[in-house]
Amino acid sequence: MNWEAILMTMPYMTVVILFMIGLFTVLFKKNLIKIIMGIAIMQNAANLFLVSLAYRRGEHAPVFTSAESTEMVMPTAHALTLTSIVIGLATTALLLSFVIMIKKHYGSINTDDVRRCKE
Amino acid sequence: MNWKMSLVVRTVTNFLIVPIIVFGIYLVIHGHLTPGGGFQGGAVIASSTALLIIAYGSLGKHKKDLSSMEALGLTMFILIALFGIGSTMFYNYLAGTGGIFGGVVPEGANAGFINTGGTVPLMNIFVGLEVAAALSLILWMMSKETKVLETEKSSPSAEGQEVRD
Amino acid sequence: MKKAVAVIALLILFAFLAMGAIEMRPFGEPEETEMDDYFLYDEEEGSQAHNQVNNVVTAVLFDYRGLDTLGEATILFAAVSGVLTVLRELKKEGGKE
Repeated sequence: MNWEAILMTMPYMTVVILFMIGLFTVLFKKNLIKIIMGIAIMQNAANLFLVSLAYRRGEHAPVFTSAESTEMVMPTAHALTLTSIVIGLATTALLLSFVIMIKKHYGSINTDDVRRCKE
Repeated sequence: MNWKMSLVVRTVTNFLIVPIIVFGIYLVIHGHLTPGGGFQGGAVIASSTALLIIAYGSLGKHKKDLSSMEALGLTMFILIALFGIGSTMFYNYLAGTGGIFGGVVPEGANAGFINTGGTVPLMNIFVGLEVAAALSLILWMMSKETKVLETEKSSPSAEGQEVRD
Repeated sequence: MKKAVAVIALLILFAFLAMGAIEMRPFGEPEETEMDDYFLYDEEEGSQAHNQVNNVVTAVLFDYRGLDTLGEATILFAAVSGVLTVLRELKKEGGKE
């Protein structure tokens, strides 16, 4: 087994495994809160992929204050990840408020009971 | 939820609110020197609102203050961006000149000076204000929906308790 | 029946993504770095020469790509408006009808 080649692609494999765990939770679980957790895991996998694309080997964080050396990683992907985290927060907040209203109307948060729209 | 906690919890909360808010303001105002900035500092300030809701039960009549803080933050952010409309929007017209936050940075690695940066620290302050107010409003609206369980000895000091369904 | 179809679809998707992950370029050796070297190291228009800002990530977020940050602040505002609309109280009883 070529350990060097496996180690070189380990971050991308972690992203794929995390995404698959999140997708499995959304498809196969019956509790609404667990489905929302699965969506959050998928968003975290996408953020990890963005950050791990912008690495140069052996270099430091892109901040010039008290820096050890001026060789730095690429800073564009870090800025896009910050925006993506805030979008994930907004989505999760709206989903959780919908779950509160579903519990008030139907009385349960099991997806087998909330199949039809109630008048 | 209209439910106060005991005197020990309320005293410790009164004591701990000040360092949390000071740390959040430190993260916001040093956003152009160290890792941090508007969004991160705003989240830290919003966690002090969560502590207040747990200890005192509700925030009282301050909903309009939080709404106007959020609107002020977003409006000032847009206005500061629009003033550089000479070249482009979001042009850094305060960098390098005298004035407020204008100072020159030596090249390479250095110890940071606050008086640099141009419009970036000003925009950090207003975005931090907006994010703190927005997250506090979300936390408060969701905390009004909790329900009190009907057990015998369920609260240390049940003064002003309401069962809200 | 439906569960079998869903499991097979998940396995096919996992096979595609895993093949893509194995054949990516090695971790830590990017190919085109001209844009980020322009943000970091340029003599006249980089982050230290043009903006006098030490934290390059904040300079990228608020100055070079400030319109994205404007959109993000608007998203936060819209999310808070949505939560306040769904969870409001009407006058008759508690909760929306």
